Amino acid sequence: MAQQHPPQGTGWIWKTFWILLIITTVEVALGIIQPEFLEGILFGTRYLNYIFIILTLVKAYYIVAFFMHLKYERKGLQWTIYLPALILIPYLTFIVLTEGYYLFG
Amino acid sequence: MATTTLETAQEGKIWGGGGRPFGAPYGKLMMWFFLISDALTFSGFLAAYGMIRFKDALTWPVAEEVFTHFPFLEGDHPLLYVALMTFILIMSSVTMVLAVHNGEHMNKKGVVLWMLLTIIGGAIFVGSQAWEWYHFIIGSKGGIELNDKTIMHVVAEDGKAISFSQVVHGMEHGHASNHGEVFTQAEVFAAINANEALTLKEPGKAGKSFNRAQTIAALQTSNTVQGANMRHNEYGKQQFANFFFFITGFHGFHVFSGVVINFIIFYNVLLGTYERRGHYQMVEKVGLYWHFVDLVWVFVFTFFYLV
Repeated sequence: MAQQHPPQGTGWIWKTFWILLIITTVEVALGIIQPEFLEGILFGTRYLNYIFIILTLVKAYYIVAFFMHLKYERKGLQWTIYLPALILIPYLTFIVLTEGYYLFG
Repeated sequence: MATTTLETAQEGKIWGGGGRPFGAPYGKLMMWFFLISDALTFSGFLAAYGMIRFKDALTWPVAEEVFTHFPFLEGDHPLLYVALMTFILIMSSVTMVLAVHNGEHMNKKGVVLWMLLTIIGGAIFVGSQAWEWYHFIIGSKGGIELNDKTIMHVVAEDGKAISFSQVVHGMEHGHASNHGEVFTQAEVFAAINANEALTLKEPGKAGKSFNRAQTIAALQTSNTVQGANMRHNEYGKQQFANFFFFITGFHGFHVFSGVVINFIIFYNVLLGTYERRGHYQMVEKVGLYWHFVDLVWVFVFTFFYLV
């Protein structure tokens, strides 16, 4: 398991920057326009909110993988970081939001 | 890397001791473990925010109606200002990566330039947050607090919330935002009583509305509220203000400490400490912290301003 190295030069940094900028612009545009056809409800929240959350996770991936270089670390280190976050955060979110739903009802 | 030969020799018994299974220096690993715990802390805050928001789903203030200010522009500009703040933070993340990149190539001048820009970007972000807090605290349109602590907004015939400024000075002369002008309860209530078109409405997606008679009756036992703090919140639910101060405050504190830490490392770069040490790993470590601050903001931005 040799450690990979990020690509040479600074092109990949600016590529990541443009991806983050474009996603943010799309999010802000959707937030201002609030398109009518995305107002439908699925599992208690709007379609639009799923789009926001997915775009946010994509942004988070690009920051962690490229800006924080995690993609170029050893596999063992990658999983050490990813697993606690990927298991505990959805779990916590699930139980706490479910509780909030019961408080609402 | 100096460790490459050692790693190749130990291939196959990588966890046997004596090697570096993660191939990362001690300080970098510890920074990662700290960031994991910090990420869980922020998740706890945002999940708690989500729970209370689910509980008050129908009357939770709508972010696009709360954060509407933009410097030097009159009127409502939802999301623009936080979009600008997000841009500033992403930009300072880019300059940080460039600083780390120059550090790997032992280019001191490059590290100095890009770290300096990172620090400036961070300082601008903290300043922007202070501006945002200032406007949140002095308030925008003003609210009427009923005796059961429910916040109502004054609405015109078209059902749109109007400011105390417009209530008292009239629609033509008043501003869409109070701009820090303080109105007495007596003048606001007198103006509402005098204008048949005005009623009260609760903020949120499905807040209750009062008709004219209920409005007049409610004013007997109500107070005016301007601005937001830990006890009163003109925008609606009190917990909205409390979570706003707590979560953006905690994040802002991270940014502030990031700027301070970056400055210390920047100063060491200037002194040539890392040039003598032979590597710029310290820049990489503070870089990790700095990107994490950006990462958290991405989530705060989504859950506070967009969703």
